[in-house]
Amino acid sequence: MHIVTLSGSNVGSKTRTAMDYTMNTISEKYPNADVTLIDLADYEVQFSDGRNFLDYEGDTQYVAQTVMDADAIIIGTPIFQASIPATLKNIFDLLPQDGLRDKVVSILVTAGSLTHFLIVEQQLKPILSYMKAQIVQDYVFIEEKDFHRKEITNDNVLLRIDQLVEDTVGLMETYRSMRKTQEEAYGF
Amino acid sequence: MENYRIDPAKGMEFGLYTLGDHLPNPIAGERISAEQRIHEFIELAQLAEQAGIDFFSVGESHQEYFATQAHAVVLSAIAQATEKIKISSSSTIISTSDPVRVYENFSTIDLISKGRAEIVAGRASRVGLFDLLGYDLRNYEELYEEKFELLLKINQEEVVNWEGEFRAPLKDARVLPRPQNGSLPIWRAVGGNPASAIKAGYAGVPMYLAHLGGPVASFKRAIDAYREAATQSGFDPTELPISTAGFFYTAETTQQAQKEYYPHINEGMKLTNGQGFPKQAFAQSDDLRTVINVGSPQQVIEKILYQHEQFGHQRFIAQMDFGGVPFDKLRKNIELIGTEILPAIKKYTAKQ
Repeated sequence: MHIVTLSGSNVGSKTRTAMDYTMNTISEKYPNADVTLIDLADYEVQFSDGRNFLDYEGDTQYVAQTVMDADAIIIGTPIFQASIPATLKNIFDLLPQDGLRDKVVSILVTAGSLTHFLIVEQQLKPILSYMKAQIVQDYVFIEEKDFHRKEITNDNVLLRIDQLVEDTVGLMETYRSMRKTQEEAYGF
Repeated sequence: MENYRIDPAKGMEFGLYTLGDHLPNPIAGERISAEQRIHEFIELAQLAEQAGIDFFSVGESHQEYFATQAHAVVLSAIAQATEKIKISSSSTIISTSDPVRVYENFSTIDLISKGRAEIVAGRASRVGLFDLLGYDLRNYEELYEEKFELLLKINQEEVVNWEGEFRAPLKDARVLPRPQNGSLPIWRAVGGNPASAIKAGYAGVPMYLAHLGGPVASFKRAIDAYREAATQSGFDPTELPISTAGFFYTAETTQQAQKEYYPHINEGMKLTNGQGFPKQAFAQSDDLRTVINVGSPQQVIEKILYQHEQFGHQRFIAQMDFGGVPFDKLRKNIELIGTEILPAIKKYTAKQ
């Protein structure tokens, strides 16, 4: 079972701070889990030009392949201009139409204020559904005021991240066993 | 239909195609050598001919896990090794080739085979070959359209005058040798998308429609759109042949066929396309209304006849060697095709 945590912006520190906490939570709760953090700030990813993801090279190929190999993806994203960042949208554009089929995806958002609360519902979830992801419905919304000097200071947020990790792993395992039962029933 | 060497009185044609993939057998976990794989293509064509199969074709791919980059060379060996089976590419990537050289190759194969060669021209689903062969992916669409048009022109005119963007102009050029009957059947390769089928219809050229999986009804939409576009452009669709191409595998029972073929498709797709084939979609091959022709001989016969009733197509070509299927299984498939499937299909589709 492979989990990828994807920090979706190439600028700023809040999403990454939240992703680091998420990574720690995963390794504490599930010491045997196979987890990879991809912070898009660390990679030079080219814009999608429509080719099959196998045909990209370098960082682009690495990021696309790592996401495709995941059983679960925890996406962390800031909100820019009332939307997800272009860097994150580009990852979706690099992948096949149904590239998130059989994957569990959960979401963590950092934003300036509560004004952006519904952007996940209205913009991110439709993309994930279109790409056939199994979505963990509750997401963690973190405001600017919940951070202080690269730390999360709101316990409510921390507890919600703990829940998000638990729900992600739970849904991933449930979904895997559901699919196993279904596939065994085909008899081949 | 005569222009395309198709005689509806003989019933729907049945062919085999290989993409030329060179993949490991996921069950044994081993991959045969490229040499052995290339000899398999030739032997498969011979066995197909002996079983009475009408057509055999080989694809061009320049990526990892393929062995027929030089597909015209493989086809020329098949031309020499066989006597009556039609032979073709499936597809030639015309976008990244010189149409003059392609035509020279295929008219030569036509002469070696004494009038049995055809070309199916496509534009590549994977695009690594653009870098390999020195083409810009931004010209993906225009390269295909321009070169496909030139290929058709060379086929129709013995003396060619032509100018375009992606190749030096031709002035009173003779492209030689000429094929046995003066021209070759040239088909346009199309995926399942009606938009692409419509383009083939506008051009009034025969269509090769590939289908991986899904409902028959959705491919019928592409076929209807093709015929409608052809009519709008002033062509008679009853004069334009259509071929479909898709997965095929047969064994004693449907479940056995699914069980034997699925791991090859699933693992092969992962390596060549990056995603496996959903088992749920594959399992639906036992339903008449889906397009995957995998099952017992009786099941496959019913499915192909249902598709023929829906599509009114002239040829179906079967891909049964994908993903490292062992050769003895391919031999068994050909035997079942020859003894059970072909006679039934011909019987029910021949125009009296």
